[in-house]
Amino acid sequence: MTNISNLQDIASQVRRDIVRQTHLAASGHPGGSLGCADFLTALYFHIMDHDPAFNMEGKGEDLFFLSNGHISPVWYSVLARSGYFPVDELASFRKINSRLQGHPATHEGLPGIRVASGSLGQGLSVAIGVALAKKMNGDDKLVYALTGDGELQEGQIWEAVMFAAHHKVDNFIVAVDWNGQQIDGPNNEVISLGDLPLKWKSFGWEVMRMNGNDMEDVVTTLEAAKAATGRGKPIVILMKTEMGFGVDFMMGTHKWHGVAPNAEQTETALAQLPETLGDFKI
Amino acid sequence: MLENIVSTGKKATRDGFGAGLHEVGQQNDQVVALVADLLGSLKMQAFKAEFPERFIQVGIAEANMMGIAAGLATAGKIPYTGTFANFSTGRVYDQIRQSIAYSHKNVKICASHAGLTLGEDGATHQILEDMGMMKMLPGMTVINPCDYNQTKAATIAIAEHHGPVYLRFGRPGWPIFMPENQKFEIGKAVLLSPGADVSIFATGHLMWNAVEAAKQLVSEGISCELINIHTIKPLDEETILDSVSKTRCVVTAEEHQMNGGLGSSIAQLLARKMPVPMEMVAVQDSFGESGKPTELLDKYGLGVNDVAAAIRKAVSRK
Repeated sequence: MTNISNLQDIASQVRRDIVRQTHLAASGHPGGSLGCADFLTALYFHIMDHDPAFNMEGKGEDLFFLSNGHISPVWYSVLARSGYFPVDELASFRKINSRLQGHPATHEGLPGIRVASGSLGQGLSVAIGVALAKKMNGDDKLVYALTGDGELQEGQIWEAVMFAAHHKVDNFIVAVDWNGQQIDGPNNEVISLGDLPLKWKSFGWEVMRMNGNDMEDVVTTLEAAKAATGRGKPIVILMKTEMGFGVDFMMGTHKWHGVAPNAEQTETALAQLPETLGDFKI
Repeated sequence: MLENIVSTGKKATRDGFGAGLHEVGQQNDQVVALVADLLGSLKMQAFKAEFPERFIQVGIAEANMMGIAAGLATAGKIPYTGTFANFSTGRVYDQIRQSIAYSHKNVKICASHAGLTLGEDGATHQILEDMGMMKMLPGMTVINPCDYNQTKAATIAIAEHHGPVYLRFGRPGWPIFMPENQKFEIGKAVLLSPGADVSIFATGHLMWNAVEAAKQLVSEGISCELINIHTIKPLDEETILDSVSKTRCVVTAEEHQMNGGLGSSIAQLLARKMPVPMEMVAVQDSFGESGKPTELLDKYGLGVNDVAAAIRKAVSRK
């Protein structure tokens, strides 16, 4: 079994990749990416049974869908680091003729991506459709998804939430990146999300909570969520994270939602994140 | 030829969809049907009865339906979504754009009650912009069959095409005049009747009005070449140019806004490759209203007499 400190090492490299990708592109979304680095590292390096020899239909393997597509840097990093495409390709993020589009897309054929996302609120529906197809096919593997918390302001999310409960899509686990922030400020100042655990529970979901920046808690909770599948209810993990986690000056603010670090800021950030697997080449 | 094009009875094109869906469900076990609380309106009962395990009720949640369909297609299914044309396009444009078209998902968007002939429900439901929206999406195939038989054949044929398809049909009983069990070829225009003086390119319900108009004009000595364009995109440019090179004038007819419809696609083609006099029978930048289908077609300039007048005008401009 992969131990926690090994996963933490990988997450540190993923965070370096996020900082370096966004710096090189001089654009992108480092804040949410850093906050979700532990969750995605745990999924791809410990929880999911998946095949980096990418096949679109993904039969017989666990699949992940990113609904809040703007945190593409963290997803690209874990995909590259787990073997879906060469790590050095991360240097092409957001550049012309790249497979690493600003928001994830299938159009350029990047392995690991099964649907475009970025226009918010759509990924949950797509992931649930895949989970339904798995049930129809007698495929007992699971489907995972991640949404933002601000994204829950989109109406389509609640259409999907109602649907999944009614149709007992119990091979599906969605995490909400509950960092409390969105572009224009804290959720509570933009549009309050209200009592999130109660909302999901009242829609008929199994609700779990975790600290998304504590690797041990992430692994334990994801294992518990897996064990709770197949019981007639879809599962949501309300995941408390801190936007910008791991880089001190990016934490505790929404300022780094969609702003790339400059050279000096990059240097400061990288000094806080040990290089564990070797940086991608520029 | 023209005198051989006769109506053998009336049935709605949506009934053709229901029959085609049932049949394609029998032929291909990857076909899955989704509906947004309009099972009866879309005539999907037979499919549901025979294949309940491949039928998904999504409720009144069209955006979610498009996403679920995109997910099913990702995993190798061939989803057919069913709701009104209005809720199949404008209401869910961004879902179709990102999760289906840009992601190149094999989703069949099946849209009933299109156009003015929806009738009494009025303009809230009478979408006249749908083909324009759909044809602008890269990679989207857009089909508007003209009668029961053609709609049934199209519904079956699109399962064999890998990629997103917009299939548009309507509510009212409408003359059946195309052959039963015809071979439906996506992107291939159908010559109904050869003629010398003018090329008529029509789609959907207006194909029948074009047939009637052409019959009227025989006595005036106008010989119409009648061509059915069931596939708006990809457009059968070769057949269109072949016909126009002979007749040197054109009339298009459709139950859609002139902006963005079949006429605009053909005008784009001809302006670049073969400019000739052209008239377009279509809705002129207007919403519809409540009324009976044929009353509405007449009021908005899509009746048989309107098609005939457009033909006379096009010929006179040669």
